[in-house]
Amino acid sequence: MDDFIVLEEVEKVFSVRRKTGFLKRERHEVRAVDSLSFTVARGEMVGYIGPNGAGKSTTIKMLTGILTPSGGRLRVAGIDPSRERARLAHRIGVVFGQRTTLWWDLPLLDSYRLAHRMYRIPDARYRENLDRLVELLELRTLLDTPVRQLSLGQRMRGDIAAALLHDPEVLYLDEPTIGLDVVSKAKVRGFLRELNAASGTTVLLTTHDLQDIEQLCSRVMVIDHGRLMYDGPLTGLHEAGESERTLVVDLERELPPVDVPSARVVRVEGPRQWLAFPAGRSAAPLVADLAARYPLVDLSVREPDIEAVIAKMYVEKAVS
Amino acid sequence: MAGVRAYGLIAGMWIRSTMAYRASFAMTTFGSFAATFFDFVAIMLMFSRVRALGGWTLPEVAFLYGLSAVSFGLADLVIGSMDRLGRRLRDGTLDALLVRPAPILAQVAADRFALRRLGRVTQGSLVLGWALTRLDVDWSVGRLLLMPVALLAGCGIFCAVFVAGAAFQFVAQDAAEVQNAFTYGGTTLLQYPPTVFGRELVRGVTFVLPLAFVNWLPASYILGRPYPLDLPGWVAWTTPLVAAGCCALAGLAWRAGLRSYRSTGS
Repeated sequence: MDDFIVLEEVEKVFSVRRKTGFLKRERHEVRAVDSLSFTVARGEMVGYIGPNGAGKSTTIKMLTGILTPSGGRLRVAGIDPSRERARLAHRIGVVFGQRTTLWWDLPLLDSYRLAHRMYRIPDARYRENLDRLVELLELRTLLDTPVRQLSLGQRMRGDIAAALLHDPEVLYLDEPTIGLDVVSKAKVRGFLRELNAASGTTVLLTTHDLQDIEQLCSRVMVIDHGRLMYDGPLTGLHEAGESERTLVVDLERELPPVDVPSARVVRVEGPRQWLAFPAGRSAAPLVADLAARYPLVDLSVREPDIEAVIAKMYVEKAVS
Repeated sequence: MAGVRAYGLIAGMWIRSTMAYRASFAMTTFGSFAATFFDFVAIMLMFSRVRALGGWTLPEVAFLYGLSAVSFGLADLVIGSMDRLGRRLRDGTLDALLVRPAPILAQVAADRFALRRLGRVTQGSLVLGWALTRLDVDWSVGRLLLMPVALLAGCGIFCAVFVAGAAFQFVAQDAAEVQNAFTYGGTTLLQYPPTVFGRELVRGVTFVLPLAFVNWLPASYILGRPYPLDLPGWVAWTTPLVAAGCCALAGLAWRAGLRSYRSTGS
């Protein structure tokens, strides 16, 4: 496996001016990315997570050549992104989840035609790629629709297709499922899985949705305060953070806290009770156990969110 | 060259976008024409009271007006939307341009390309044409040649001001108004003869921010009038050099601005 993305001790320091009085400014340095080192092999699918302001976007901006690192060595496909931004652009695809790059007032197809010419994609390859992407992302009926009339989910799919027309070797996705409904999320995830399997495209995605990672990424990197806190499989992250899922049960009537061996009750509110159990374990035996012994009306499982997992991870570190 | 191609592609997309709202396009184009038209009507009204302005007659002032309006109109048409850079910086959409394989300056220059700005160029051309029919110019080859040279160089000088103004927005993101003071303000200033302004201002507009090269100097040469600063006549011929110098400086400022953005991200 060759290392497609290489970061060695990469740093990004911002000098921020803060108003301290009338016309008085104080300069101080913010280390957005601090001595960050990792490699991503060709064909890997990596989740890049962390709380807001952790340095995620700064890293993505350095990887795409938007920002120049303050120090360290950074290579994508052997190219130094900040020095050869335009050359790199032909080999990467970028999707910003919250900002579309499609042409608002024009039919979707027009945005693709522009990419065709701007990226100088050979005609045959453009037609082939467009055909395949339109099929996989279910865009066929939307090609003549002005982008402003598309739903958020349709627009996201449209954006992903636009980022892939020139056959990039790596795709960066910044919050690709944010704000999407369940069906749209499933479509996007299904497509990304297929893209990675079929074309071997390297995928790096930032997200706040743990399910994105669970369903897509064999590897997850956690960054906070500009540093890599964790790098490995998702299951390991759960163990590292001892994260818990929550089972919410509605009983027929108010009862004292239920007593089951594999979970503990964290909250009781009338007939509703909240039970925490380890995230790595299946909910099925617990539900079966509960159903056998208590009068259940309804239940639902809540996934831990990334912030909670990371927060727990810190507590663990501080204790040990 | 890659820049020109990218510019053409993006400008084409904006024209198509505008055509999605044809009525609005027709109205804004007419509006742009009408606004500049009344601009000149104001000057004509002034001449209904006086015979000359700073020693310049109405056709002569119209000549100044036409040169300035066409030069500025062309620059405004080509890269007039660059003052939107500040907004792109604030909402972070410049990043989307930075991941495309095309020069940023070309992409920003073509941003929101608006064909309606042809309204200003049309109006300026009409005024210039009218002035030429009314003026009694002794057309030598040199004077004839200086006309297109002055128009193109003037356009180059205004383009440089637009680019420098945009570069400044990398540092101060809400500086669009400062830029407008020099572009729209500059062209208004140039509509009047240099003789109505104080010597200090004329000096500043000649040597510091060389807007005088857009029309004051070439027009003085073509009309055979002395320039208020006692400059020799051949100085009018340095106009293309001045324009090239302005563009070079603006290019450097742009590069510095972009570099600072890419190292600070804000």
